[in-house]
Amino acid sequence: MPITKVLEAQIDHVSILDEHGNFDESLGKGLIPDEDLIKLYGHMVICRLLDEVAFKLQRSGRMGTYPQNMGQEAPSLGAAYALETTDWMVTCYRENCGLFWRGLPMEKILQHWMGDERGNDIPRELHATPIAVPIGTQMLHATGLAWAAKYRGEKRVACTFFGDGATSEGDFHEAMNFAANLDIPVVFFCQNNQWAISVPGKIQCSAPTVAQRGFAYGMDCLRCDGNDIFAVVHCMNKAIASGRDNKRPTFIEAVTYRLGDHTTADDARRYRDAEEVELWKARDPITRIKAFMKSRKIWDDSKQAELEEHADEAVSAAVKRAEGIEAPNKEDFFNWMYAELPEQLVVQRDTMRTSSIGQDPSQIESPQASQQS
Amino acid sequence: MTRTIEYRDALNEAMSEEMRRDERVFLLGEEVAEYDGAYKVSRGMLQEFGPKRVVDTPISESGFSGMAIGAAMLGLRPIVEFMSWSFSLVAADPILNNAPKMLYMSGGQFGCPIVIRGNDGAGGQLGSTHSWCVEGLYANVPGMKMVIPAFPADAKGLLKSAIRDDDPVFFLESERLLAYKDEVPEEEYLIPIGKALVRRPGTDCTLVSFGRPVHFCLEAAEELAREGISCEVIDGRTIRPLDIDTIVQSVKKTNYCVVVDQSWPFASPGAEIAAQVHAACFDDLDNAVGRVHSADVPTPYASELEQEYLPNARRICEAVRATTYNA
Ligand SMILES: Cc1ncc(C[n+]2csc(CCOP(=O)(O)OP(=O)(O)O)c2C)c(N)n1
Ligand SMILES: [Mg+2]
Repeated sequence: MPITKVLEAQIDHVSILDEHGNFDESLGKGLIPDEDLIKLYGHMVICRLLDEVAFKLQRSGRMGTYPQNMGQEAPSLGAAYALETTDWMVTCYRENCGLFWRGLPMEKILQHWMGDERGNDIPRELHATPIAVPIGTQMLHATGLAWAAKYRGEKRVACTFFGDGATSEGDFHEAMNFAANLDIPVVFFCQNNQWAISVPGKIQCSAPTVAQRGFAYGMDCLRCDGNDIFAVVHCMNKAIASGRDNKRPTFIEAVTYRLGDHTTADDARRYRDAEEVELWKARDPITRIKAFMKSRKIWDDSKQAELEEHADEAVSAAVKRAEGIEAPNKEDFFNWMYAELPEQLVVQRDTMRTSSIGQDPSQIESPQASQQS
Repeated sequence: MTRTIEYRDALNEAMSEEMRRDERVFLLGEEVAEYDGAYKVSRGMLQEFGPKRVVDTPISESGFSGMAIGAAMLGLRPIVEFMSWSFSLVAADPILNNAPKMLYMSGGQFGCPIVIRGNDGAGGQLGSTHSWCVEGLYANVPGMKMVIPAFPADAKGLLKSAIRDDDPVFFLESERLLAYKDEVPEEEYLIPIGKALVRRPGTDCTLVSFGRPVHFCLEAAEELAREGISCEVIDGRTIRPLDIDTIVQSVKKTNYCVVVDQSWPFASPGAEIAAQVHAACFDDLDNAVGRVHSADVPTPYASELEQEYLPNARRICEAVRATTYNA
């Protein structure tokens, strides 16, 4: 036989609760207890509201460029729910909901996008890394974190998040190759929202699924409805088990949609059809759970009203806290430069002179005088 | 005849005119086609030139710059747009290790007539990872030319020269200048790479700069004039090759020199200029060359801190006063 088949590929698409309210009992039963589902739903509602408020803050000049997460609440939330807090979350910028679930104070996200890097100083116990804005670079860090955990004999995994566009970067491919070949417990979590700013998914990946990119590197791949939190949790559970027990990486493609603009600096109406947006609004992850909970009689209008009131309070309080944070001082940008600030930088901080004259302390008569602005 | 247009439109005109003139020229990068460029520099170009010559790429900076080098080796003239030069860091090998050496390594066989352009420097609260001034890093590499215009007319004339140049040209724009409006000639013109310009004549101190900080220098010169210090402001326009003659000529007249450079102080173009001026004007200088740079830290995110971090007019004035013994 001159030609034999050496490989056959199959990529599973997981959907448990679809947009019409169909629920797959065989996969979904017991996956998320009712009381957890209520909490998860509450997080999504608050996160959505924060997005709306952040947008207004930006428009009124109270915040810098901000990337809305709207429509993409379920992927990172489902992932964070399935992970242990000791597992690493290595995010880019559309994982607010998952980070809030883990315990990140909302004002941290606001503080960051208001233009204060201290917003990225995430409480240590949350095991999350700074928001990565250079596309794709965080995936290698996740691989390194997971590698270190394995090296130290810890049972932790790292879950890294990135968009469909990011799968075009070399770092993505190198991270995947590394993790697969060296048995590193990473979950590569692609939020395929089908757009990279104005560029549609097919420019980044012309294969029928993004998930099969993982397959090419020899790792398990799963694809799911990213707006279905049950499906996300199902896939994550599998990926986490494989990472913890067998040190194997998994690639998850969560198919979702960015309902808002790329960032507040964008206007998506210029390149997307209104019909497409409407179609995805009907697949909103939040309305889906709400309808499901109502059908299960664990949710009603009065609970909804109570939640909305709570969300309003929580978000206004977060905005107030964020805006109340004292602005950093001029000298502060020399903080955290080195484990110990070298003498030359101490002088530069005190004089703000970057010339050759002035770097030598003996040439400065009165550092005080030059500090006045 | 001139008219007043934005810096971004000057860039657009340069690319469009060269693409009309030369079939081999094409533009590629993220968002350059359908979206008219992330900063609207390529507005209307897809309509005029079609998707063959205005190409939206995947988010693969290393990929598309490496490919453009291959295309240039076969005689095409790609213009590579990086949304920001900050993203060129993930494409370091193609742009530093391949493009500037291709001619050299192939014994003159493969030239690399490529233009790489995009926003350089702090863009107004974009945070440290998106605010790179790459001139300090890249100017060290032999084999490429580096152009950094501060005004629309220069942007246009220099970009046209860059596209026609047979060697790789790194073309550094500034997001903060894209909307800057100024007079640009109606008729076609070129500005040669490697020629500085005296932007403002003066007698007491030479201020040398390039790119956005030229505007800070002009602001400082205005302020210093009120104090009776007359500054001659030189807009370098090109970093490599450096027009040291224009600078030296001025310093020989003023006897004082302050270099203003938005890159970090250590091993920077500013340091190079100071060293060359010290060597060429040793007997003419009445004080050591002063230097004003961005502070030696990553670009701060907060607006006020970013202003303070940059070589702003206040710090330039201080440096000029100190250098000319007027402090
Ligand atoms: C290395 C690098 N190149 C380009 C950019 C500019 N940029 C920011 S977001 C983005 C699109 C990313 O798309 P995707 O990965 O799909 O994520 P999404 O924004 O859709 O969530 C681009 C090109 C960047 N930040 N970093
Ligand atoms: Mg995307």
